[in-house]
Formats: sequence, structure tokens, C-alpha cells
Amino acid sequence: MRLLFDKNTWQEIFGSIGKNKTRTIITVIGVLWGIFIYIALAGAAKGLDNGFERNFETVAKNSLWAWTNRTSIPYGGFKIGRAVPLKVGDAEVLRNRIPEIEYIAPVNTKGVFGGEAALTVRGLKSNSYPVYGYFPEIAKMATQKIYDGGRFINEEDMEYSRKVCVIGERVEQEMFEEDENPIGAYIRVENVYFQVVGVHKFSQTTPFGTDGDIFIPFNTFKKLYNTGESAQFFTIAAYDDADVVQVEKDVKRVLKSIHRVHPDDERAIGSFNLGEIFGRIMGFAQGITFLSLIVGLATILAGVIGIGNILLISVKERTKELGIRRALGATPGEVRTLIILESVFLTMLAGVIGIILGAGVLSIINMMTASNTDFPYTNPTVPIPLVIGALLVMVILGTLIGLIPAQRAVSIKPIDALREE
Amino acid sequence: MIEIRDLHKSYQMGSNSLHVLKGINFKAEEGELVAIMGSSGSGKSTLLNILGMLDEADTGDYILDGVKIEKLSETKAARYRNKFLGFVFQSFNLINYKTAMENVALPLYYQKVSRKDRETKALKYLEQVGLKEWANHLPSELSGGQKQRVAIARAMAAEPKVLLADEPTGALDSTTSYEVMDLIQQINDQGNTILVVTHEEDIAHMCKRIIHLRDGVIVEDKKIDQVRASEYVQ
Ligand SMILES: Nc1ncnc2c1ncn2[C@@H]1O[C@H](COP(=O)(O)OP(=O)(O)OP(=O)(O)O)[C@@H](O)[C@H]1O
Ligand SMILES: [Mg+2]
Repeated sequence: MRLLFDKNTWQEIFGSIGKNKTRTIITVIGVLWGIFIYIALAGAAKGLDNGFERNFETVAKNSLWAWTNRTSIPYGGFKIGRAVPLKVGDAEVLRNRIPEIEYIAPVNTKGVFGGEAALTVRGLKSNSYPVYGYFPEIAKMATQKIYDGGRFINEEDMEYSRKVCVIGERVEQEMFEEDENPIGAYIRVENVYFQVVGVHKFSQTTPFGTDGDIFIPFNTFKKLYNTGESAQFFTIAAYDDADVVQVEKDVKRVLKSIHRVHPDDERAIGSFNLGEIFGRIMGFAQGITFLSLIVGLATILAGVIGIGNILLISVKERTKELGIRRALGATPGEVRTLIILESVFLTMLAGVIGIILGAGVLSIINMMTASNTDFPYTNPTVPIPLVIGALLVMVILGTLIGLIPAQRAVSIKPIDALREE
Repeated sequence: MIEIRDLHKSYQMGSNSLHVLKGINFKAEEGELVAIMGSSGSGKSTLLNILGMLDEADTGDYILDGVKIEKLSETKAARYRNKFLGFVFQSFNLINYKTAMENVALPLYYQKVSRKDRETKALKYLEQVGLKEWANHLPSELSGGQKQRVAIARAMAAEPKVLLADEPTGALDSTTSYEVMDLIQQINDQGNTILVVTHEEDIAHMCKRIIHLRDGVIVEDKKIDQVRASEYVQ
């Protein structure tokens, strides 16, 4: 141990490493390549992971949507093909019966699944956009990026059925001049004046979301289109730790019982489960991370074994030198330390260079993919613990591998070492 | 300074055993300069290696500077070599990637001498052997005689009690051999005990005492009048 911190020891090691340049370089390249592959792979996998995560970041990951269709099995005295009427009040029932539900909100739309998109006019400009009737809770399920100091629909808007709206970014571009501030301005939707309170960026509020749409309070929608108590679909977010697949089943079961649908009727209630899909994608990303970890570690291992090999050859080549050292008074311990420290030092040197190169390549990839938001690839970094872990693995392996040639170097008598040609 | 009693050594080669040293008795006082002679294969190197603790005897006593050397661990033996013994080999045995100075400083490193002191001391001994200007040269840039002088400087740097030289002039022409012997005589003049293995009569006569080995025993041991090597060196 004392040797480890002795300046002389290191001078001796640097001397030996520096004067055997070819050996040093070949050895270093082996491990360097290993750690480089490891960092590059792990970082790339992490980037993919982050990329997927980013694609979903605007929406609660445990989201699902449920709607109704026509029945496909006659039940409870009703004929086949009956339209199942989804009611606003069903939301309350679902919330009460399924404790895993964190948020639930009925949604009505026009121009999304049917019906004409709403004709929207401002001055001389006009276009048609789909309209969504939203509860304020929607903002909690799907993070709405609201621009220009605006806001989302709030409780008061709901209560007083205010004629306010949040417009999509594209609507803003098409209805307003570039230097105009849309907040507070009025647009005419279906011949009714609405005050713009916010502009939202494209968001995955629903799987069908765009940025060319208009959100209005649910109650306002009700009055505008006379939808009464009916709802088109529910947006549901389960708690983070809930099993979304089970929640989806429960939602369907409860809706079937409310609306007297045969329990085996698969068609009557439709749903889309983002949580499940998200889970699958993240599982895929994790698989890649794990795979890259294994491949990287295997490569490092191969590199370290390469170091061991070269050290073994070099110890054989240096038998005479080590014999001379022992004749001059080097103890077996000192010889062993020299070899092992050489091994560890070479491994570390190679490791650090590899890490730097790997990080460099990752940041280049990052720069190239930063502008491309469609490609699911963001901020490819390797977690520090993984890097430290890799270094640790290398030091340990370097020591273990160094032990073999070190033991070999001291196992023969000094006189036999000296006799070696 | 050195005393051995009834020393035996055999080499095992497969099922055959070669009895090389068959009971050596020998004593050298401090400040002696002894030549060990004998035909090839008579066991001169074997004896010297045992004295240098590079090899072990099978039986017999070995007392170095009043200390009885018995079955030592390699670590202990290494410490003794470092402190008490200096070696000069026929083939020089310099480390080829180290400069002359680094080679000379190496035994001091194993004595835990600081780098600065090592360098100062190494330079001092290189100066003694007349190679101060060659301090930063690699062995490959030196002539045979120069290499052997570096090796002698290295052996002396640790200030050993006994210097053991196995055919130090074996690879050198006669002029260079005399230069090396001149150096050895000078070191001996300073009071160092030196054992030199040699084949050459003229080299042997530059020592103060000659021992003859034959068939594993000492057959002759005589004091002689020393021939000064400086007479042949200009
Ligand atoms: N490691 C060894 N294994 C087996 N036999 C050995 C070994 N070293 C030396 N011998 C044998 O022991 C005998 C003495 O060898 P040694 O080297 O001591 O002779 P030497 O007197 O120094 O000869 P030379 O003048 O040629 O150097 C020789 O016959 C040699 O073959
Ligand atoms: Mg010999």
C-alpha cells in the first residue's frame, strides 16, 4: 500500500510504460476500444430512451380513452346494434367504482370523428377547425404548453359557460398576423364570438390531437351544440403505480353494467390505452439499454484480457530485466506491484481516453439529432454511476489480469531469470 | 567478510543429478581481491551465484559479514542483495530502455533513496568510472567496455560490502579488459571486498589471491603479487 503512494514507484512505472511505447499503445487501444463501444452504446440507448420519453412527455403516461359504439350482442331485452349513449354522469360512476382513476373527464368534439369542423372567422380570414369541449382537468392529464401569457380553460369558464377558447398554434398562425397578440382577441366560431385566452402548442392531448383545433369549455360546447348530457368519450388518467391494463378492463366492465351491455360484447365499448403502448415502448428501450450494457461490458472484458495477454508476453520478454531488478534488490512484492500497477495504470489510461472519446462521439450525435424532433433521440448521456462502474470493473479486472504475469515474474529464481535470453 | 563451509550444490536434470560443488571451504577477509579460476563447467558461476544469494546451496554454511545466511525468504534475500552485494556480469545486464544514469540509480531506488539523491549519487559513480558525459545515453549507444563500466558503477552505487564479478572482462578485448580491471583495483583500493571469476591468467594476476576450482572442490588457493592494470592503460 505504501508503495502505491510512493512517487518513486510511479516514476518507475511511467519509465517502464513510456519506454515500451509500442506495447503500451497496443494495450491501450484494446481497452480504449472496449470502453468506447460501451459508452457509445449505453449513451445511444439512453438517448433512444430519452427520445421516447420526450415524445410522450406532454401526456400522462397512464392515459386511456374510452368511448361507445353500437352493441354486437343482444342483451337485457335490447336488440343487437343499439347505440350505447355515453353520459356525462358516467364519469362520476367510474370515478367512484375504480379507485385507480386519478382524473376522468368527458369530452365532446365536433369535426374530429364526424360532423363538420366549425367555421371560424376573424375579419377577412376564415377556416374550419375541429372543436373540443374540455373540462379544466384535461390540463392535468396532458401538459398543455400555453403560449404568450395565456391560460387554459378554468373552473369559472366552466361554471359560467364562458365563451372563451384556447386555440392551436396553427389556428393562431392562420387567423392572426405575426405581430398580433391573440390573447384577449375575439374570433367567431359557428357565428358566436369567443375570446381567445390561450394558444397551445401541438400536444398529444388525445391520440388524434393536432395544433389546428379549438378548445372551449365543456359546458359552453354543450350549449353551442345542444349536446345535453351526452359525452363522446372519456379521457382517463390512472395513478402512476396503477396497472393501466386492469383499469382499462374495469372501465369497460363498469360502462357495460351502466348501459346494460352484454359482458362479452367486445364492440360496444371502445378504448385506446396509451399507458400500455408507452409501457411496451419503454420496455423496448430498456431492453436496448440492457443489451448495450452487456455488449459494452463484454467488449471491456475482451480489452482487459487483451491487456493481460500483452502483459504476459511482455513479462516473458522482460524476464531478464526483472531478473536484473531482483539481483539489484527488488523484492518479489516490489516486482509484483510494478507489474500490477502497470496493468492497472494502462487500463485506467485507456479507460479514461475511451470515456472521453465516447462522450465526444455522443455529443456529436446529440448535436446532429438536436434539431430533428421527429426522431426519438434526445440527450444521449451515460449515467455517471455506469461510467464509474465501468472504471471500477476495469481496475478490478486490470488488477486480476495483472496478477497472472506478476506471479509468473516472481515464481522463478532470480538466477534463472538472469539466465533467460 | 565471507566464509563458506562444506558447501554442496547439485543440479537436477530429469532423473539425472549433476553434483557441481562437492564441499567448498573458503574464507575471504575484508578488502581482499580474489580471482576464481577453473575450467569451463567447474562450477565457478554456480559458486558465485550462491555467494550472491541468487541461487541456493543444498547443504553447507554461508556467513556474510558475520551473519549466517540460511534458507531465506526471497524478500529477505532481496534485501540482503540490495544492502550487501553488488554484481557485475559477463553480459553486462544493463536494462536496455534505461539510460546509463537510470541504470546506475536503480539499486538506489530499491533502497528507497529519493530521486534527487539517486541522481546525484549515480552521477558521482558514473564520474568515478569516467562516464559522466554518457549519463543520458542508452546502453545501445555504448561500447562493451563502457557498458561494463556502467555495470560496475551500478554495482558500486549501492555501496555493497562485497562485489561479485562473473567474468567481467569475458566479452571485452584485452585493452578494454585492463581498463575494467584498473577500475576494479581502484575500488578494491578503497577497501571493498571483491571476487572475480575469470578464465584469463593475466586478469587473475591483477588480483591479490587466486583460487582454482576443479571437479567441484578448491584444488589451489594462493596469495600472489598483484599486477597493477594501470601499467597497461595509457
Ligand atoms: N541451471 C542449471 N541446470 C543444470 N545444470 C547447470 C545449471 N547451471 C549450471 N549447470 C551445470 O553445472 C556445471 C557448472 O556450471 P557453471 O556455470 O558453474 O560453470 P562455470 O565454471 O561457470 O563455467 P564457465 O567457465 O563456462 O562459465 C556445468 O556442467 C553446467 O552445465
Ligand atoms: Mg561461468
